[in-house]
Amino acid sequence: MIKLKTPQAGTALYGATITLLCAWVLVPIFLVALGAFGGRPAVYQWPKSLWPASLSFNQLAIFLQIDGVWNAALSSIIAASLTMLFSLALGAPAGYALARFSFRGAFVFRLMILLTRAFPLAILALPLTVLFIRAGLYDTALGVSLVHTALALPFAVMVTASLFAGIPRELEEAAWVFGCTRWQAVRKIVLPLALPGMVASAIFAFVISWNEVFAASVLTVQHRTLTAYLLTVLSESPLHYRFAGGFILIVPSIVFIFAVRRYLFALWGVTNR
Amino acid sequence: MSQTRWLPYLLIAPATLFLGAIFVVPLVQTILLSFNGGAGGVFANYQRMMGDLNFGVSLRNTFLLVVTVVPLQMALAIGMGLMLQKLTHGRELVLWIWTIPLGVSDLAAGLVWFAILQNTGYFNTLLFHLGLISGPTAWLNSETPYTLFIAVVVAEIWRSTAVVLVVIVAGLQLIPKEFGEAAEIFGASPLKKFVRVTLPMLKPSLQSALILRTVLAFEVFASAYAIGGRNIPVLVGEAYVWQRENQNYSVAAAYAVLIMIISLSATWVYLRLLRENPEAQA
Amino acid sequence: MRQMLKLKASSALVAAAMLAFVPVAKAQELIFLSTQLRPIDEAQKVRDVILKGAPKTTYVVDEPSPFTVRMKAEVDTNTHTISLLGALHGELQPLVPMGALDPIDDVAASLKDRGIPAGLMELGKLGTVKQMYIPWMQATYVMVVNKKALPYLPAGADVHSLTYQQLAEWGKNIQDKTGQRRIGFPAGPKGLLARFLQGNLYPSYTASMVTEYRSKEAEAMWGDFKAVWAQANPNSTSYDFMQEPLMAGDVWIAWDHIARVKDALQQAPDDYLVVAPPAGPKGRAYMPVVAGLAIAKGAPDRKGAAELIAHLTKPETQVVTASEVGFFPVVSATLPADLSPGVKLLAQGVAETQSAKDAVVALLPVGLGDKGGEFNKVYMDTFQRIVLRQEPIRATLDAQADVMRGLMDATKAPCWAPDKPSEGACPVK
Repeated sequence: MIKLKTPQAGTALYGATITLLCAWVLVPIFLVALGAFGGRPAVYQWPKSLWPASLSFNQLAIFLQIDGVWNAALSSIIAASLTMLFSLALGAPAGYALARFSFRGAFVFRLMILLTRAFPLAILALPLTVLFIRAGLYDTALGVSLVHTALALPFAVMVTASLFAGIPRELEEAAWVFGCTRWQAVRKIVLPLALPGMVASAIFAFVISWNEVFAASVLTVQHRTLTAYLLTVLSESPLHYRFAGGFILIVPSIVFIFAVRRYLFALWGVTNR
Repeated sequence: MSQTRWLPYLLIAPATLFLGAIFVVPLVQTILLSFNGGAGGVFANYQRMMGDLNFGVSLRNTFLLVVTVVPLQMALAIGMGLMLQKLTHGRELVLWIWTIPLGVSDLAAGLVWFAILQNTGYFNTLLFHLGLISGPTAWLNSETPYTLFIAVVVAEIWRSTAVVLVVIVAGLQLIPKEFGEAAEIFGASPLKKFVRVTLPMLKPSLQSALILRTVLAFEVFASAYAIGGRNIPVLVGEAYVWQRENQNYSVAAAYAVLIMIISLSATWVYLRLLRENPEAQA
Repeated sequence: MRQMLKLKASSALVAAAMLAFVPVAKAQELIFLSTQLRPIDEAQKVRDVILKGAPKTTYVVDEPSPFTVRMKAEVDTNTHTISLLGALHGELQPLVPMGALDPIDDVAASLKDRGIPAGLMELGKLGTVKQMYIPWMQATYVMVVNKKALPYLPAGADVHSLTYQQLAEWGKNIQDKTGQRRIGFPAGPKGLLARFLQGNLYPSYTASMVTEYRSKEAEAMWGDFKAVWAQANPNSTSYDFMQEPLMAGDVWIAWDHIARVKDALQQAPDDYLVVAPPAGPKGRAYMPVVAGLAIAKGAPDRKGAAELIAHLTKPETQVVTASEVGFFPVVSATLPADLSPGVKLLAQGVAETQSAKDAVVALLPVGLGDKGGEFNKVYMDTFQRIVLRQEPIRATLDAQADVMRGLMDATKAPCWAPDKPSEGACPVK
């Protein structure tokens, strides 16, 4: 027997909760913007006002004009793009292996992958820097992206593994019956379904690379990423500068996630739509 | 197929080689450094670490934070994921909004929550306008340890729930609608449907999200320091203090090894408890 | 759609590959790496104003920790990209045992006519017999007082020559009358409280920084400081830079490095006074902060680096540096009368501090090698235990003195002012 509930109360509560959660996310972001645009006096007022008394684009303008800020932005984009590519290229096959096969060493492999996140990266600064100098990767965006790939790899592997595990292997087996090789079956059947997982991994990779400070600052001299560049100079700057810097750094990540948001939902008809 | 034997090893080879080249050598060097106690013997650095003023406190704070934050945000993320599923219009927009914290750096997140919760901050402004307080009130100093802890928990949940959410949303996509509909037809309440249908099918994603999030949680640092300063030492923070301020790389390495052991142990526990056997998927 | 993704991916890869292999700095490029003058506007001023007329330089900033890591890595791999280093005395010190610095006695000789005080040049030897850095600029720590606090001054106290007991009383008056505790100290994770303890508190009460660590006078000192702390804003344990709580009005009386209060003074110079720190029974101690210029061993462009040093120590450049960023000259140079009001306040405060009748100079530690950080830790741990955790003073001092003794024995550092010179490692009585 199907129970009927009064729809109105449920929907109202549901809608209210969603709105509340959206506000929970957006209000702090708005406050960062407020701190960035409100100018110096605004950050020290009491009581604080939710609308800036005087809008000032000063801080942001100053940032955008500092020497080297556009080069730094370019370095960041390169490093983040490479990180996305490398982490998926290395991580997705490994994820597939973990999901589809039960093999000796799978457990150890999982632990090893997590090592890069289980160990605070900054403690490795000295040996890493020495290694990179010797490898000729010092002061390059590629070098930075390699470290970032190591940081993003656990996400790429674990998320793709869980996604592949959720795709019934019968689909691949059916494809084999129809004459596809393993690789063709993966390409035609599994990958489209796993797209949300791949996109999720790509988002993580981009964001991790974009927001990472320590490796990016110690491994580069003149080719810093934007984050390393700004955050190194910001830690002793006045408060409103830090808000401005923080705000600038948020924007590209948000734009990127916006651009790929719909790929987080699968396209195959079998799933929810 | 005959390739089944060596195929998985081939697939994990690139990742393994990559990590081996980039990561393993520095890691081993640092671990060895932590055991290089000089005149004091092999464990000198560890003894120094454990005898330090802030060791016990930072250990306790880190564990408390992990044990509080992770379950709360797992529940929150699952709830958010389910709500997203039911949403018909604006689903992409809401998902995008909910993932915005992913793009926020540690600096900005710590900064904004400090700005909200400090004496002359937005939270107090709100309370002031509501007449609940008479002037700037302190929530974040050494005399208010409980509110300080809650503040760090709130900031951490705000900052990092999006990570869990993304993994869970991606996982929810793969649960065929028909299972849920079948359950409803057979009269299952929403709770039963959730427990019997959704949750088991979400298990791989849950496991991934839990492991990733817990490992990251043991590295909690930026929020605690932005909001609490010296009042809420955490393990990674202490490691950095030894490295940056005390300029003693060996003890810093000892802290890092400790953190690694804790994180990997937690992962080991999760992998055992939530074991997912690929062959059982027949 | 998949095709489009593939296309986007491959073009990104190609573009990235082309741009990613940007070469490391070319051989003759003059890179000046500094831990000072990092904030955005200051770094811009360095590039635009201070370095005008100098050889073509790339000015790069680093936080202290990556700075040390970078120099060690360059030494370990024998790869050198940095030519000139600009950093605090305490940050250059660990570079000596690392072998990262090139002795610059020749540069020092060529600058003999600049009038850099002998005491500073001696600091520049970093405990060795050779000149390791040339003093670049100096600063010190001062007390900043918001004029709002003046009405609460205890009777008979002169704000320009307070004692710690008067300071505690002042704080108590403020708390009684306004309900808020408005004294502030930079006791945050990046705050400089350690220098306060070493450079102000200890010498003022014990005429020593190391030897009298656990003396009776030190015990009295901690007691007095606890009384002051009771009137301090409890958020002090989050304060890294006092300019922020000053500007927010949370703190009316603050102690900090001049660079970390400058913004508050520049923004509202009429609201503040800058005065000498309080005195203890043995005098009014202060610690000069010296930033120095050093040449990296194996520098790609040693000649250019030496020219840069000459440029930066020219009286004209030193004056410009003072006006622009508030760090004071090390050479004989007169500051212009038209300094910005905030910097003028600082200059007055610094002069007052250095020329006080009962002034005691406490020098930066010398000869600690890479243990400078652990030296600071002894003081900060003592502070944590006695003031924050309320542990018994005598027991803590004895325990921490043991740690200090161990440190001195390990580094074999001889005593430095205000301690009397010692044979061998500085003893802790």
